[in-house]
Amino acid sequence: MDLSTTYMGLRLKNPLVPSASPLSQTLDGIRRLEDAGAGAVVMYSLFEEQIDLESLSLNASLDHGTYSTAEALSYFPEMTSYNGVGPEGYLELVHRAKTSVDIPVIGSLNGISPGGWVEYARLIEEAGADALELNVYFIPASPFISGKSVEERYVEILRDVKRTVSIPVAMKLSPYFSSLGNMARRLTDEGADALVLFNRFYQPDIDLEALEVTPRLALSQSHELRLPLCWVAILYGELLADFAITSGVHTHRDVLKSLMAGAKVAMMASELLRHGVGRITEVLRAVEGWMEEHEYVSVNQMIGSMSRTNVADPSAFERANYMKMLASYRAAAR
Amino acid sequence: MQRKQVTIDGNEAASYVAFKTNEVIAIYPITPSSNMGENADAWAADGRKNIWGVVPAVREMQSEGGAAGTVHGTLQAGSLTTTFTASQGLLLMIPNMFKIAGEQTATVFHIAARALATHALSIFGDHSDVMSARSCGWAMLFAGSVQEAMDFALVSQAATLRSRVPFLHVFDGFRTSHEVQKVEQLSDEEICALIDADLVRAHRERALTPDRPVMRGTAQNPDVFFQSREASNPFYLATPSIVQEAFDKLAAITGRRYRLFDYTGHPEAERVVVMMGSGAETAEETVAALVAQGEKVGLVKVRLYRPFSAEHLLAAFPGTTRAVSVLDRTKEPGACGEPLYQDVLTTIGEAVIEGTSPFALIPRVTGGRYGLASKEFTPAMVKAVFDELKKATPKNHFTVGIRDDVTHTSLDFDPAFSTENEEGVRALFWGLGADGTVGANKNTIKIIGEETENYAQGYFVYDSKKSGAMTVSHLRFGPRPIKSTYLVTRANFVAVHQFNFVEKYDVLATAEQGAVFLLNSPYSHEEVWSHLPRSMQQTIIDKRLRFYAINAYDVAREAGMGTRINTIMQTCFFAISGVLPREEAIAKIKESIKKTYGKRGLAVVRQNYAAVDAALAHLYEVQVPTQATSLRDAPPAVSPAAPVFVQNVTAEILAGRGDQLPVSAFPADGTYPTATAQWEKRNIALDVPVWEPDLCIECGKCVFVCPHASIRAKVFDAEDLSDAPEQFKHIPAKFKELPDKRYTIQVAVEDCTGCRLCVEVCPAKDKSQPSRKSLNMRPQLPLREQERKNWDYFLRLPDVTKNGAVKYDNVKNVQLLQPLFEFSGACAGCGETPYVSLLTRLFGDRALIANATGCSSIYGGNLPTTPYTINAEGRGPAWSNSLFEDNAEFGLGMRLALDQQNGYARALLERLRPTVGDALADGLLSNKQLDNRDINTQRELVAALKAKLAGSFEPEVRDLLSVADALVKKSVWIVGGDGWAYDIGFGGLDHVVASGANVNILVLDTEVYSNTGGQSSKSTPMGAVAKFAASGKATPKKDLGIMATKYGNVYVSQVAMGASDAQTMKAFTEAEAHEGPSLIIAYSHCIAHGIDIAKGLNQQKLAVESGHWPLYRYNPARAERGENPFQLDSSDPKIPLRDYIYTETRYRMLQQSDPEVARFLLGRAQEAVNVRWRQYKQLAERKL
Repeated sequence: MDLSTTYMGLRLKNPLVPSASPLSQTLDGIRRLEDAGAGAVVMYSLFEEQIDLESLSLNASLDHGTYSTAEALSYFPEMTSYNGVGPEGYLELVHRAKTSVDIPVIGSLNGISPGGWVEYARLIEEAGADALELNVYFIPASPFISGKSVEERYVEILRDVKRTVSIPVAMKLSPYFSSLGNMARRLTDEGADALVLFNRFYQPDIDLEALEVTPRLALSQSHELRLPLCWVAILYGELLADFAITSGVHTHRDVLKSLMAGAKVAMMASELLRHGVGRITEVLRAVEGWMEEHEYVSVNQMIGSMSRTNVADPSAFERANYMKMLASYRAAAR
Repeated sequence: MQRKQVTIDGNEAASYVAFKTNEVIAIYPITPSSNMGENADAWAADGRKNIWGVVPAVREMQSEGGAAGTVHGTLQAGSLTTTFTASQGLLLMIPNMFKIAGEQTATVFHIAARALATHALSIFGDHSDVMSARSCGWAMLFAGSVQEAMDFALVSQAATLRSRVPFLHVFDGFRTSHEVQKVEQLSDEEICALIDADLVRAHRERALTPDRPVMRGTAQNPDVFFQSREASNPFYLATPSIVQEAFDKLAAITGRRYRLFDYTGHPEAERVVVMMGSGAETAEETVAALVAQGEKVGLVKVRLYRPFSAEHLLAAFPGTTRAVSVLDRTKEPGACGEPLYQDVLTTIGEAVIEGTSPFALIPRVTGGRYGLASKEFTPAMVKAVFDELKKATPKNHFTVGIRDDVTHTSLDFDPAFSTENEEGVRALFWGLGADGTVGANKNTIKIIGEETENYAQGYFVYDSKKSGAMTVSHLRFGPRPIKSTYLVTRANFVAVHQFNFVEKYDVLATAEQGAVFLLNSPYSHEEVWSHLPRSMQQTIIDKRLRFYAINAYDVAREAGMGTRINTIMQTCFFAISGVLPREEAIAKIKESIKKTYGKRGLAVVRQNYAAVDAALAHLYEVQVPTQATSLRDAPPAVSPAAPVFVQNVTAEILAGRGDQLPVSAFPADGTYPTATAQWEKRNIALDVPVWEPDLCIECGKCVFVCPHASIRAKVFDAEDLSDAPEQFKHIPAKFKELPDKRYTIQVAVEDCTGCRLCVEVCPAKDKSQPSRKSLNMRPQLPLREQERKNWDYFLRLPDVTKNGAVKYDNVKNVQLLQPLFEFSGACAGCGETPYVSLLTRLFGDRALIANATGCSSIYGGNLPTTPYTINAEGRGPAWSNSLFEDNAEFGLGMRLALDQQNGYARALLERLRPTVGDALADGLLSNKQLDNRDINTQRELVAALKAKLAGSFEPEVRDLLSVADALVKKSVWIVGGDGWAYDIGFGGLDHVVASGANVNILVLDTEVYSNTGGQSSKSTPMGAVAKFAASGKATPKKDLGIMATKYGNVYVSQVAMGASDAQTMKAFTEAEAHEGPSLIIAYSHCIAHGIDIAKGLNQQKLAVESGHWPLYRYNPARAERGENPFQLDSSDPKIPLRDYIYTETRYRMLQQSDPEVARFLLGRAQEAVNVRWRQYKQLAERKL
């Protein structure tokens, strides 16, 4: 049974990859992912905005109250370094991970400034990452930002990063584009080695008692797989880039569906956060079991097998499918 | 050889050598020496090594006494050990110092000399501390400058090893310890060259070891003690030569030559001043100027004060000397002269008697005092001393630098006399602590000192407030070494970083003709002129100042830097002062920014770069008109309605003219009126809370938490409103005990610090627009006039009286009680003062407060103004600060006195029944005074008693009158921080709670020594970074409360106002009602936690919810009723510890500097929280 796959030119022993999450925040965590059988690991995201905020907040705290009274010219000891403030801690972890595990290590970056994207991408490559995932986590909250400028932002970031690094670069996207296919094509044209579908946004909640907005990250559910599944199936074969599916991958069936839709890898985080990294082993075993039962010999056989280009009825991925579904719903309601 | 030049302060210079030449360092914080310990701790945490290639062990102790004991132990066990201290700290070391010297042990203590507390505490510099240690048998070497602080630290270390006499290395607190100078740094090789390795090994050889057992510390009888004591003489006789040898070795290496007594001046001087310390630098500068004018004057600088070498002193004087004036920076009341004067006089006297005098004529010798508590000592004063010596009968036992109109000791001096070096830059910067002025100036000094050939000096003056504090930076740069150890007296550059200072202070007083004046102005360069007071306009015209303006706050805001205008103003300084070419200066500023902020992250560096780039585009020269046009001038410092003392004394201090006040202005015994903070309208808040009555639910939480008592509530009759200002807001009162009345919330906008705690705590939100609360922050300036009127009117409305009609046992009602602690100088958003405020609302009218030294004593009692105040009857807290270490005992003393007086009064009442009358006597004797109503009754009875006995000349009646007030129940409060309660004062605190006496102890627990800048205490939690725990505190917080409960009869409570104000209320009320010792430990958020202070109450909540700070009350009264005395008032932890601690920089810092250790300590801390919580649960659930 050959579970191996390639992703952005990297050879993976299997297609199950933990996506960016707190599980990869420590070397021990990364080792545990490898031990559980992960095909590669996407590191947690280096957030430029968070680095900046940490930096400004640390600076504000260290400055607060200083040089105001003769007795207390400062309130904290002088440190020679703050590894956690800049990217140093992250880079060191990438470096240590590379020397400690055998599976590919994929860095993940969320920048805010053009300089930040380029600089941090370069540093992550220097630290030894095998590839880089650009996590363009951007909410165009202003009604004055046009869709076109949002798209430009993605393309420019990718272009700048691709000019800077020579390792493969994946773009992690949100589903919120008017024409996702076109967007995907532009990114592929710009050199994206893979497209990762889809990003999950923090969706704030409302605290009714306190009348406050509270941040909340809801872990994904299996049903959320369908959106990326649909889009990968639609785009597979149309574009040169590899695909990864993230959001909603919880079971071996989800992994199999992802591959069949056209993804080279299926990425998992919520499931591992909820039930532990041991789920990697269980899911892989179940994938193998299913393949054995259904007489598949390699995952390559199934990659893209259920994509729009390969299925008997391509329109199943288009509007007709929607119409049919509504009709069946009406029938059931009656 | 070109040596490394560094721009550092005296503390760094001394601690640099101390760290290099010692193996163990025992530390304890005390101003102004704390920085030396901080340096040692930070360097050790950073892995820096001494000259033997190992990192010294740095250990914080619980007190200076503890540090000295530890030093004694390590010395006995053979390690080279040092410590740093000052003032009261040195006094606490004295017992061990006698032992260390008696055992002829080599060690150096580095002392940033500071005034001892007498009629008042002072953190500032003089020699009264070290002079108190004269008899210990230690050598005393005095450094007068930053370079000398480095050199003499090494010479002391070298000499102590050879002489086996321990050394005090002394330099002046603040003037040297905090003055930044460009100096040459000694290299490791140079240090090694002076430290004789054989002597170090000999030191180890003398150590106690079971391999070669000996004993020390024996007890001796009259037969041998005396002889043994005299056996030490050879060591002291040899020491002066040993020190001179070390000086000579240093000279051979560095070229810097020192003698035991250095003479400078005219070779045939007739008048000579003798002195030591930093003042001698100023004297040297003055002598040079006077000699240049043809005067035959000279100066003897005393380096080695003990052992005092008469021979070397005599050799230092020119034989032509006819008059000597000895200046002491200390005062010994009752002595026939100050110590140095006596030593010099004795030396000369003995020489004359013995016929060894080097003088052609016997010189006249006078002594004088100068510079107590960092009082300025200027060339003008030095000249006054020399001028006095010209007289046939010069004044002896004089003072210089003040005006003594009581005993007329002072010499007059001409303030216009100046020896300021005309070359280079002499700059003054007026700023706020919060705007970063001092930090920027320190960078400027580094840039100029380390990047140019110029010498550089910086000295910084701070006021005593912790919020809105003013700073004045005095900077000098020039091609020649700077010996001016006094404030800049003739500035050629004056920058004013806060526009409102132009009305408050005479900021241009020291500007010389043609100086540059830079002003941060909210007005444009075209408009700014018309906003200046007339007197300032005239000064600018008269002195032909070149006037520049910039709106630095606008630039800072655009760069995202808030109110930090430091780099902007620094850039302007370089641009217009001409110290460096503009482009070069900007490049250097940017380099310096990278060096200073680089480790804090790129974002900070980028932000500062942006500010630098934007600054110059907003800097304009102002066209100065030929005539003053303004019609207004600076307003008086206080209202004309203020009391006489406030008008005559306080106002002068507030206006920066305290130096000019004469001796007669002050009480001789340190007794000051309370209730003076109300006159100091500081107007420091940019935004203030504004009340929206339509949303208010009258809960009183805002009033409860206000750290400065600047938001208040009153309930009053509608008819009181007849003359209310138009804008005065009020709503129907919702108090069931006070029906049909009106309610108001009023903000004292001129006293508010703008901390936002009230807005954050306000629970009342607009349902349609939740961002609008019943309190919202709005700009202060447009509201100032209107709210000043409203506040004055509010004050005229009657306060509630504690007549029993309303129960003040809940937050809502307590908001109506007048706080008797207001407008203190505490930090904006202080977490301590709301508890102090509550104490005074509930019990202030009958409270005596013993206050440990620390934040609470500084914001509570640092002049110029006093926040403790009085009610309409003139009653209020009586307050005193004794020391840091003795506060529990001090408070117990108050209780004993009150009880004794009460007992005497009761005895007299019995004896004088026939005179007093049975009814009155019985009334007074039987009243248990359990509530406010009874206490009021007792006050009335005492008033009746006084009225009845008035005019009597019977001794016993007069005695009864003198103690009659003690018949009214008094409440003794012992207040202090965790440094006091957990560490230095713990022994006393433990004794006092064990005594059973009826005292209330309030521990304002910030979990660090806040006042001295955030050093670790035993209250500091595991995993938190603090000074003296730069690697993160590895041990858990001491559980002080539970320890106290073990006595059984102590009321103990742990409270956190932000988590439960109701529980806090209960604890205060129960503690006071408990007829025995009570201990309240109050979580006090603090800027030393690294939090957004406006969210301080939320941090308290998180501390409780995480289980870090369980709320509980242990009430012995319940045990007497057969109930479990321990009540756990908070519920099971809801959040993991990390969710609380990683919202605070003190913990996050460790995550950022050492994530592995942080993770390890978090795990252990969480475990400790879990264990403690289980223990508390068991205590709370046990069946009696």
